[in-house]
Amino acid sequence: MTPGEIRTAVLDILEGIAQDDDLGQLDDSVAFREQLELDSMDFLDIVMELRKRYRVQIPEEDYPKLESMGSTVEYLTPLMADISA
Amino acid sequence: MTAPNGNDLATYRQSLLDGRSGVSDYEIRYVGKTYAGICDFDAKKHQSKKDVRRGTRAGSVGIYCANEAILNSGVDWENTDRSRIGVYIGVTEHGNVETENEVYELSQFNYDTKFWSHHHNPRTVANNPAGEIALNMKITGPHYTIGAACAAGNAGLIQGAQMLQLGECDLAITGGVSESIHTFGIFASFASQGALASQGEAEKASRPFDINRDGIVVAEGGCVFVLERLSDAKKRDAAILGELVGYAINTDATDFVLPNPERQAQCVSLALKKAGLAPEQIDIVSTHATGTDLGDAQECKALREVFAGTTTTHFNNTKSYIGHAMGAAGALELAGNLKAFQDGVCHPTINVDELDPECALPGLVINEPKEIGKTDYILNNSFGMLGINSVAVIKRFTG
Repeated sequence: MTPGEIRTAVLDILEGIAQDDDLGQLDDSVAFREQLELDSMDFLDIVMELRKRYRVQIPEEDYPKLESMGSTVEYLTPLMADISA
Repeated sequence: MTAPNGNDLATYRQSLLDGRSGVSDYEIRYVGKTYAGICDFDAKKHQSKKDVRRGTRAGSVGIYCANEAILNSGVDWENTDRSRIGVYIGVTEHGNVETENEVYELSQFNYDTKFWSHHHNPRTVANNPAGEIALNMKITGPHYTIGAACAAGNAGLIQGAQMLQLGECDLAITGGVSESIHTFGIFASFASQGALASQGEAEKASRPFDINRDGIVVAEGGCVFVLERLSDAKKRDAAILGELVGYAINTDATDFVLPNPERQAQCVSLALKKAGLAPEQIDIVSTHATGTDLGDAQECKALREVFAGTTTTHFNNTKSYIGHAMGAAGALELAGNLKAFQDGVCHPTINVDELDPECALPGLVINEPKEIGKTDYILNNSFGMLGINSVAVIKRFTG
């Protein structure tokens, strides 16, 4: 998957989790928590969905790397490079 | 409240007077085609989309009912001390739906528990529906569920009354909820027991007292009452739907599933004694009968014993319209009868094409509503597995 495809994949996951938020205005450089109503259980949902959909296993110590869309895509790019979109 | 044939008391009451069933065709994993009472309330009226997704169906049912109950109660919610509110919600079971869903999901991942949801525990703890209500409404007093099988609707109400009497709270959110149509296990277990309704068309499937009844129609739903001490309700000039004047809970201690009419009769008598009433003073008995062969006949046996010789007591059954709403059943069935205090009408038991002679109680109202005039007392039966019996007696508020 390309970084653009990974962003689309993460956005799709977020749409299922942050159902009350407008994701059209998401700023990739700003932390999710600062612009969306997300808490720790929601972050675990993101991790779980990445695991279920793409078999990507994210160790707990790497959770801070999922802070914003930008950092998430950057972190996932090498992990998901071999996955077909 | 939410029932399969109405999401507010007026609509629900009208459905009961019009003979409108809420039972539909239904299909559930593994079991296949069956019947169920399905609710269509707007969960998002009082919850965010995220909270609906994160929580349970029972939680959503409870939240909808509790918010609507508070709105209808006229309580000055903004100025009510939330630490003095107690939430006491009856449930037949909780956690089956969520566990079955999670195990099914896990089966898609070769049963690797890395894929087991972190939502499982908060969704399945036994206090979940009451806890979701408290969380949603920012209630900081006590909250818990009362697990009482199908006697739970009355049990929630009784628990609330007791906590008010003890001074543990000043306002009790009480009643019962059910999400049971979303667990295949309930249907499959009743089917294995030979107690799941399976004949005819959906609207005729739930037929307590009919000679051709063949079992239970499972329903979801919820009913929450705002309960206060009478002095508090009078102080705020509340529109009082009824006054809880007697109740009882007892136990058969004879069988896992089979009812014991002797103990049921004792429970009814205990509630009457607590209310200081003679049987003939009861205008309507809201029966528990679920449409099983034995259960209906045994309840009638118990009622015949207690109400022998009375000529002014009427009997009806609400499951014939909505199916068996499990933890919500007792509360919903009571709610369906409360309007009789105003309109003097006893809604009938529907779907009785041929009355079973064993269920032919004198005063049984079948198929057509009956004008019974001034109605002062309603007695509500609610019984459950492991031999739990509960009875509530409600009086028309007279000032």
